[in-house]
Amino acid sequence: MTADAHELAGLSTTGERQAVIGATGAAPGKDWVIVTRGIRRDYDMGGEVVHALRGVDLAVRRNEYVAIMGPSGSGKSTLMNIIGCLDTPTAGEYWLNGVLVSAMKDDELARVRNREIGFVFQTFNLLPRATALHNVELPLVYAGVPAAERKRRAIEALERVQLADRMDHRPNELSGGQRQRVAIARALINNPAILLADEPTGNLDSQTSEEIMRVFEGLANSGQTVIMVTHEPDIAAHARRVVVLRDGRISSDERRDAFVSKLAATI
Amino acid sequence: MPFFEAVRLALAQIRVQKLKSFFTLLGVMIGVMFLIAVVSIVQGMGNYVEDAFAGKFLGVNTFNVRRFPDFNMGDVTEAEWRAWQRRPLVTVEDAMAIRDALPAGTRWAIEDARWLAAQSPYVASGPQALVQAVTPEYFAIKNLVVTQGRAFNEQEDRLGAPVVVIGTEVAEHFFPALDPIGKELRIGGLPFRVIGVLEKQGTVFGVPLDRQVLGPFHSALHRFTGARRGLYGVVVQAPSAEAMPEVQATVRELMRRRHKLRPAQDDDFVLESSESALTTWASIKRYLVLAGIFLPAIGLVVGAMVIMNIMLVAVAERTREIGIRKSLGARRRDIMAQFLVEASTLSTFGAAIGIGLGIGLSKLVAAVSPLPASVATWSIGVAVLLGAGVGIVAGIYPAGRASRLDPVVALRAD
Ligand SMILES: Nc1ncnc2c1ncn2[C@@H]1O[C@H](COP(=O)(O)OP(=O)(O)O)[C@@H](O)[C@H]1O
Ligand SMILES: [Mg+2]
Repeated sequence: MTADAHELAGLSTTGERQAVIGATGAAPGKDWVIVTRGIRRDYDMGGEVVHALRGVDLAVRRNEYVAIMGPSGSGKSTLMNIIGCLDTPTAGEYWLNGVLVSAMKDDELARVRNREIGFVFQTFNLLPRATALHNVELPLVYAGVPAAERKRRAIEALERVQLADRMDHRPNELSGGQRQRVAIARALINNPAILLADEPTGNLDSQTSEEIMRVFEGLANSGQTVIMVTHEPDIAAHARRVVVLRDGRISSDERRDAFVSKLAATI
Repeated sequence: MPFFEAVRLALAQIRVQKLKSFFTLLGVMIGVMFLIAVVSIVQGMGNYVEDAFAGKFLGVNTFNVRRFPDFNMGDVTEAEWRAWQRRPLVTVEDAMAIRDALPAGTRWAIEDARWLAAQSPYVASGPQALVQAVTPEYFAIKNLVVTQGRAFNEQEDRLGAPVVVIGTEVAEHFFPALDPIGKELRIGGLPFRVIGVLEKQGTVFGVPLDRQVLGPFHSALHRFTGARRGLYGVVVQAPSAEAMPEVQATVRELMRRRHKLRPAQDDDFVLESSESALTTWASIKRYLVLAGIFLPAIGLVVGAMVIMNIMLVAVAERTREIGIRKSLGARRRDIMAQFLVEASTLSTFGAAIGIGLGIGLSKLVAAVSPLPASVATWSIGVAVLLGAGVGIVAGIYPAGRASRLDPVVALRAD
């Protein structure tokens, strides 16, 4: 065993986690929201193959709040897109809530995106011509929820992010922080199994970032499973577990306290 | 994807980009406009030819024995025309022979006509009247209704009584604010006594029927209508549609015998029926229907191509929106439906404008030409369906493209 690999084994929180990942082909128990086994993602760039992910084993339990860190180009977004069912792996297994998602067809994936996943993006990805209310309603539209109920639930969701008074505003009439809160309300409207956020504060100033982190904190405290990508250590420090990617592989996976103390040591 | 939202989105697009939408929808508009207009004209002319022309002008189950066709609406060559001029005249003797050969229950009348000037003691001049020297059954055959006074009878005809029945326009012009019955109307300098006024009939195929003057054939009238140089025609009405062929065969045989035609020779006369007029109409109608299919078809094909292009641009411009919708759970068919509804809303909107223009065009044609036009309700239904259909056909390719976009790639678009 190299020093690196030794460290890796030591850092993976529990043996239990290793056992779940090791059981190739078997459905994980229902406590495990996400289990990936040997996820690879190759991009064929006209003859030259880019290996964005080179075998990622990740297991996330219900109610965990995980930050994924790593340098630019290390595969964070690629992994998030696969976990969010926006993309499919070239190889490997992905189990979401005990269901093998990596083998699903297009329409089934759409359903999973609609019901199981809430995705928050760095660039908000709101429909520019639609009001905040309508943006929040959209997932319910595709879930086939009747209009009146849609509206009621969307207003509730906006209330939870303190934006009920802005529901008739379009994205260009809202500040960055408000836009991201609309996006969070939209991500949560279908009560997803996981909330995914790819650099949710990447386009925000530090004060607004803190606001958004408090929203995530509250969600995590209320039992929402959260996975968040960031490359800022102080943002990652809000999570309870930090996974670091390097060159398409997990290079470390540890509890926040360990991460923070190491961080303090390097300063 | 909620249907109404897609419709609303498409209409909003039209509102924002009025000029662009206008050009986008021009093809569909023009196509639908021609469809409505041509169908209206065909329908209107059909009503006209089949009801007014065949029923009123020629009479039901009626045929005319003539030297050459009068209602021929097709092309006549110079040579044909000259050949017709060499044909023997239809004479009073022919008419009498026809009468004697006809089976019981068949009506018969001599018809001779000419546009002539008339005068009354009150009005010395006026537009010419269509003077007709006819035998009495003419009234029954043509279903002419005498609203004031009476028609003349068999005896008056035999004796050549100088009496006339006049159309409403003649009555109004020559006897203004007067009761014309019993008054004198001069034709060719000779006096005739008005004994009846016809019901108002209007103009049929350019012939103002209310400017008729009908008198007994055997009165002096036939001298003015030129009966000596051949009769305008002999009118025969069979008792029923089924009896028509037999009556026609009888008359044809008789006329061939009288003209001493050998079996190999063609007829040198015509038996002109409303059927033959309808045959001519049917061939004109074929061209009109072809025009009614081709003009709209070209418009709709061009329209579909333009709409397809516009939708491809829309898909490209809204790639990111598609990515967002997919990331939130839209299935391929949801995206597909969104763009199809949008495309067909667009083209149905164009069709609606085309329907308006088409109705306008057919009204215009009806106003400036003698062609009547009546808008067919079914053509409006067809136009709406075509509009929606063109949108769907034009939208399938762009919508399919949109629906197959990869969510990650689409989300990265700007
Ligand atoms: N669609 C793509 N086509 C080709 N290469 C890609 C694509 N997406 C990502 N990559 C490559 O995969 C690697 C990982 O990218 P990404 O997951 O976006 O990294 P990160 O989010 O950590 O910055 C990079 O080298 C990137 O260039
Ligand atoms: Mg990234």
